[in-house]
Amino acid sequence: MSHLSHTLSELQAAFGTDIQAVSEFRGETTVVVEPTRILAISQYLHDQLSYTFLADLAAVDYFPEEPRFAVSYVLFSLAQNTRFRVKVFLEGDEPSVDSVSGVWLSANWHEREAYDLMGIHFNNHPDLRRILMPAEWEGHPQRKDYPLGYEEIQFSFNWREVDGTKSYAKDRSE
Amino acid sequence: MGAEQKLGNMGVVTARLEDVINWGRTGAMWPMLFGLACCAIEMMASQTATHDSSRFGMELMRASPRQSDLMIVAGRVSRKMAPVLRRLYDQMPEPKWVLAMGDCASCSGVFNNYALVQGVDEVVPVDVYVAGCPPRPEALMNGFLTLHDKIRKEKIGKWS
Repeated sequence: MSHLSHTLSELQAAFGTDIQAVSEFRGETTVVVEPTRILAISQYLHDQLSYTFLADLAAVDYFPEEPRFAVSYVLFSLAQNTRFRVKVFLEGDEPSVDSVSGVWLSANWHEREAYDLMGIHFNNHPDLRRILMPAEWEGHPQRKDYPLGYEEIQFSFNWREVDGTKSYAKDRSE
Repeated sequence: MGAEQKLGNMGVVTARLEDVINWGRTGAMWPMLFGLACCAIEMMASQTATHDSSRFGMELMRASPRQSDLMIVAGRVSRKMAPVLRRLYDQMPEPKWVLAMGDCASCSGVFNNYALVQGVDEVVPVDVYVAGCPPRPEALMNGFLTLHDKIRKEKIGKWS
């Protein structure tokens, strides 16, 4: 029995209906779990099933579908050479989920990135600040309903109009 | 026959002070060691033996803004980096010049979005723009020479 099928059967035995769906695509196994139970499931995967390495933590915006957000945890077992993905779906525009930075320390910065760019709040995170954008930035720019901040391109026919809207450093008093 | 024989043994040459000062400024212009993205690779290539920017007295890339005369903005400037860039510029002693290297520094290039400053001329006053993505070292050196031409026309009272 491979470690992957062992993982699945152990998880289903331990957590039952909290494991909402299991899917496989091109050799990658994904389980969708109940968001409120993510901390217990992570701890179990880390301690009992040797998934000691969090390879990636990513947030997804499915706007305008509902539930809108998903967080996916890509795990790797160094002992068994097995990859495994856990996914939670989060409702609403201000989603929150428990932080797993106590289980895998590397989740700290990954969760800060997901908070910064997607606006997902991680409960009990030790230091939930922006990590990429400037600290005083408003909004979460990787959300699908966030404006792109497009600036009109200057060509010869509209050079004057666009140039009038720009604020040049050389025009300001130093 | 050398210049000494032609001019006689006077030991004196007359010239305008403005010309001499501007000649001195163009002859040893130290750029700041400050790369932001892929353009910095071409900036480094312009320092190598093949292209050899020391021909223009620019072989010394200074790691401190206090020792540099020219800021080469080599790469895209994010909105988070813009205050840092401005601060480095403010720390440079006058006279100082800015060269926007590449499309990203000049007008943000292909990155028309929220994260990047749309042209570094919104942050610091730019003297020369060099087009290219990234520009080859030859293009960068053409930018240097364009800047030299500009400096030769500068009036003596420009810098306080």
